[in-house]
Amino acid sequence: MKVLMKGNEAFAEAAVRAGCRYFFGYPITPQSELPEYLAKRLFEVGGVFLQAESEVAAINMVYGAAAAGGRVMTSSSGPGISLMQEGISYLAGAELPAVIINIMRGGPGLGNIAPTQADYFQAVKGGGHGDYQVIVLAPSTVTEIFTLVEKAFALADKYRMPVMVLGDGILGQVMEPVELPPLKEITMPPKPWAATGKLEREDKNRRIINSLYIVPEENEKHLNHQFAKYQQIIATEPVYESFMTDDAQIVIVSFGTTARIAKSVVLKARELGIKAGLIRPLTLWPFPSKAFLEENLPFAQRILTVEMSGGQMVEDVKLAVNGRTGVSFFGRTGGMVPEMGEVLTKVIELSREVK
Amino acid sequence: MDKRPKLLTENKFHYCPGCHHGIMHRLLAEVLEEFNPENTIGVSSVGCSVFIYDYLDLDWVAAAHGRAPAVATGVKRVKPERLVFTYQGDGDLAAIGTGEIVHAAARGEKITAIFINNAVYGMTGGQMAPTTLMGQKTTTTPFGRNFENQGYPVKMVEMLSVLDGVAYAARVALNSPKRILEAKKVLKKAFMVQKEGLGFSLIEVLSACPTNWGVSPVEALKWVEEKMIPYYPLGEYKKPPEGVE
Amino acid sequence: MGVKISKEYCKSCGLCINVCPAKILKISREINLLGYNPVEVTSPEDCRECGFCYLVCPDAALLVEVTRR
Repeated sequence: MKVLMKGNEAFAEAAVRAGCRYFFGYPITPQSELPEYLAKRLFEVGGVFLQAESEVAAINMVYGAAAAGGRVMTSSSGPGISLMQEGISYLAGAELPAVIINIMRGGPGLGNIAPTQADYFQAVKGGGHGDYQVIVLAPSTVTEIFTLVEKAFALADKYRMPVMVLGDGILGQVMEPVELPPLKEITMPPKPWAATGKLEREDKNRRIINSLYIVPEENEKHLNHQFAKYQQIIATEPVYESFMTDDAQIVIVSFGTTARIAKSVVLKARELGIKAGLIRPLTLWPFPSKAFLEENLPFAQRILTVEMSGGQMVEDVKLAVNGRTGVSFFGRTGGMVPEMGEVLTKVIELSREVK
Repeated sequence: MDKRPKLLTENKFHYCPGCHHGIMHRLLAEVLEEFNPENTIGVSSVGCSVFIYDYLDLDWVAAAHGRAPAVATGVKRVKPERLVFTYQGDGDLAAIGTGEIVHAAARGEKITAIFINNAVYGMTGGQMAPTTLMGQKTTTTPFGRNFENQGYPVKMVEMLSVLDGVAYAARVALNSPKRILEAKKVLKKAFMVQKEGLGFSLIEVLSACPTNWGVSPVEALKWVEEKMIPYYPLGEYKKPPEGVE
Repeated sequence: MGVKISKEYCKSCGLCINVCPAKILKISREINLLGYNPVEVTSPEDCRECGFCYLVCPDAALLVEVTRR
């Protein structure tokens, strides 16, 4: 059954279908429709929706709910995600599963409510304090929201860590026809670590959800265990889409809605006789470095990263490419969206350097 | 036979001699044993009591500084049948956590907040707290708290009692055997209010910090009596309707 | 019967001494593992078993076992 859905609502519906029954959030443009949708929908499925007094409170409610074993989500945009960083660091330190949606908007500071992708660094490189990582996924269509949100909850539980899904003002607000996936029975994984209260439990040892490891040796041990997890994720979980890259000489790298523009540019460039292609990471962390190996891009001579920012993912692209070919960047920022024409101009320029 | 409650682990408290945290921990253990500790989840905070999860044998969720009421909200919404409580100090509840406690109270969250008010920041070495008294010298008010710079101390129980979501709010002290017994009754009532689903309950406990007040444990009892109680009067500020004992 | 003190938990704070109506508690000269001089009972037979010491002890008053006859 095809339904016309707004991106924000798709995030919400996808979460419910993935078994999420607890949501704590705060209104902020351009994602307020997400909590609004859940205010009704979670009631329908016997879940809990609570509008918190701030994003600080919201992320800490998420922490509590996750600690007690709940499948829980929150959502916000840049300024609110900044407020949540302390909570995200605590979630990571305490090894709690949770899903956090960021519908990115122009920043920094109050910025504006137009779309950007300029929270990439915040999501992928840190955000909060300490030695930790969150998994970061980037859908680019409303349909893809359903697959990636379901995946987000599964990964969060599998690895016991927070997972962030990045959208932007376009993806949040756009309405697209989507084939709703069938409702399915979600099997919740067992959580033998959750602080559920000893009653009804066979294991009567007290469970403590905590990120304090006051003895440095023990903290290091804890962190090394986390790093081992991250290594496993890096080895097994990267996902990307490659479009017309088999013979591409100019390869665009883009994620989220920008990749949709990039795809149109690739097709237009091909019409002009330029061998263009696109690499679209779906996991921003772990970054799909393998996509840039010579065997995967055998003819690439120029790589153009296109982002709605001043250039953030481009740094990871450069690391992955490792000097094999030139990497350049084109972007619009502050809420501006790149136009197909301007990206195409860049591609044409690059193609002239190549022959 | 008054002996060590089973709910307390064998660990020795790391608190200073004469610190009232220890008295409150014991009262908490005694009262929870009258309910069901297996049906309880504690939310710890950041302050001297940060290791409380090593002292009481029940499930604990450790919250970030000030956030315990929000964390407790998340826990209670997932496990509404459990008794959920927070244990917080002045900085945690009345400074950085003011937003979280006010709104948990306003929402009438069915949790119990235990607020240990000792008019100073203990763990970090004796700085001013929102509850530091006028003229009181601390490491960040070396000349004494004054109106021009730091303004007046904060009265949490009074402020929160105004909210309809608050079903029970009381202030007690621990500086005499009589007061300790009264505090125990109040604590039990607070948990009763939670068990009956009446709303938010808060117990503010005037406590001694001999180390950072610069007095002996016994002198600290007088300090509570003569300096704290006049500014922070004891009593039940919000009561549930008759019938809850 | 009377009061018993778990010496290893005592921090010599003096709160129990302050509150004992029979005045039978005092700081001993021993040193416990924590480095404090724990409290001792001078004349256990005079203990009134009021339980005040148990109430005020901040170290798990648990140190004090008062058996009521």
